[in-house]
Amino acid sequence: MLKFFASRVLASFGVLFGVASLTFMLLHLTPGDPVEVMLGETSAQSDRAALREALGLNRPLPVQYYSYLTHTFSADLGESLYSNQPVAALIAERLPYTLSLTVTALVFAVCLALPLGVIAALRRGTSVDAAASMVAVAGLSIPNIWLGPLLIYVFAFGLGWVPVAGSEGAGSLILPTVTLGTSLAAVLMRMTRASLLEVLHAPYITAARARGLPTRRLLLRYALRNAALPILTVIGLQLGALLGGAVVTEAIFAWPGLGQLLVESIQRRDYPVVQGVVLFVGAAYVLVNMAVDIGYGWLDPRVRLTRAGLG
Amino acid sequence: MTLVRASNLLALAVCLAWLAAALAAGALADVSQAINLERILAAPDRLARLGCDDLGRPVAARLIAGARTSLLVALSVAGCAMLVGTSVGLVAGWVGGWVDLVIMRLVDVVLAFPGLLLAIALAAVLGPGLVNLVLALVLVSWVSFARLARAQTLTLRQAGHVEAARAFAVPVPRILLRHVVPLMAAPLIVELTFAFAAVILAEASLSFLGLGVQPPEASWGNMIRDGKDFLLVAPHIVMAPGVAMALTVLALNLLGDRLRDRLDVALRQTSDGQSA
Repeated sequence: MLKFFASRVLASFGVLFGVASLTFMLLHLTPGDPVEVMLGETSAQSDRAALREALGLNRPLPVQYYSYLTHTFSADLGESLYSNQPVAALIAERLPYTLSLTVTALVFAVCLALPLGVIAALRRGTSVDAAASMVAVAGLSIPNIWLGPLLIYVFAFGLGWVPVAGSEGAGSLILPTVTLGTSLAAVLMRMTRASLLEVLHAPYITAARARGLPTRRLLLRYALRNAALPILTVIGLQLGALLGGAVVTEAIFAWPGLGQLLVESIQRRDYPVVQGVVLFVGAAYVLVNMAVDIGYGWLDPRVRLTRAGLG
Repeated sequence: MTLVRASNLLALAVCLAWLAAALAAGALADVSQAINLERILAAPDRLARLGCDDLGRPVAARLIAGARTSLLVALSVAGCAMLVGTSVGLVAGWVGGWVDLVIMRLVDVVLAFPGLLLAIALAAVLGPGLVNLVLALVLVSWVSFARLARAQTLTLRQAGHVEAARAFAVPVPRILLRHVVPLMAAPLIVELTFAFAAVILAEASLSFLGLGVQPPEASWGNMIRDGKDFLLVAPHIVMAPGVAMALTVLALNLLGDRLRDRLDVALRQTSDGQSA
């Protein structure tokens, strides 16, 4: 267990280092002079020199890289060019909104996907299964940027059940949650169906059935528990899609989370904030997947044994 | 299974309509950008079947122009990503050793970011415009092809016919092109179909955020962006591109599913980083 744990943590640390390096490179990918892009073409020469000095862009690249890494790993993400606030503080201020949105979307998706996936697997090959699969593909295909406005039109304008946008009250969270959670629900439903089907063919299920176990007990105690592991992994991996989708969803509903911060900062050419948000979300995603991986190995000894050596 | 057959036909029909619209778009380029102040936000009528947008431009013509944009982006992004990703994956899988190690760590780093988020950040620093949009999306999407090609190469390396070719001292590039690549074509084609769908969604999302296709060029994403401010008075501006995009992506996803079943490709295992 310890070896598995150590190899996972080490691998994740390596990826984190890569994530920080890629984020560092972002600013240098700007065609032309990033300082000119940030301040505009008409900016004064002295302002540019000052900003270049402040961002350390006048120093040699390896020195910049080293300083970026050391600052980053001590949680110093620099300051916003727009508000002069520390980037870390800006992120901390917006994080709760993105967290609440992604967590409710995740819960919504799981609550919708699990029962549907189980029903589809149990009724495999019937029209119920086919219909559920069609619904899943449709959910997978509907673009966030359309689903959001569609929901606003029907439920906010048409029926007046929920506010159009903003972040006041629990009602305002409903439409963003559905918008963000729908495609995840579709992915999870397919995964639940597939992994349950696999488990249902296992010998221990046949054995349990032969012993005359009631179906409900068979499902809950034997099948779903074993099917849960791949589903958990997919949830971890899909968190990335969820965080990316959150940017768009927040933009549609004016939800003041990290995605909005990112989009606002891009519009203001506030690159330190852009870098900070990208780095933060990337790092969070890596850490969550590490946790999922370790949890997976903890729950299932087979994983521990096969993956320990591979890193 | 009549439902399956019907959905296959629908998928095929939608894809053909998408292609036809993209091809026809050239002829309608002027119409799609003709501002007509008297027709601002006009509801669908006999003059404009899908109504007009906030600058009085016919939504139908812009929809067709948007189809061209999405096809152009999907073709170039998925094509480049497949070319780059497959080559990189081939090299990693064939050469092995530290080359493989370095390449796969790079792939891990790119996959460590939520794809859309990285594309947004790249598009933001590269600047707006179609070429930069394509570049940003290629930089994000080559990795899934690289992983796939590497895994396939590792398996095919051990195959009897490849070993025989090596024994006959066939040059490596020839082995790869003649004896390895053709055998990994099926999973790559399935992946390509799903990549098409994903790229359409990503392009629209970036254009929606103002990072992709810039006005007056039409994209389904920037049509929704412009239209969402007039949702209450002129819902048709958002609905038309939304329905078009949803149908196209749905058709591509269905097609990918069918291809996967038909070609018997076991794709997207849970341990493989990405999932459908």
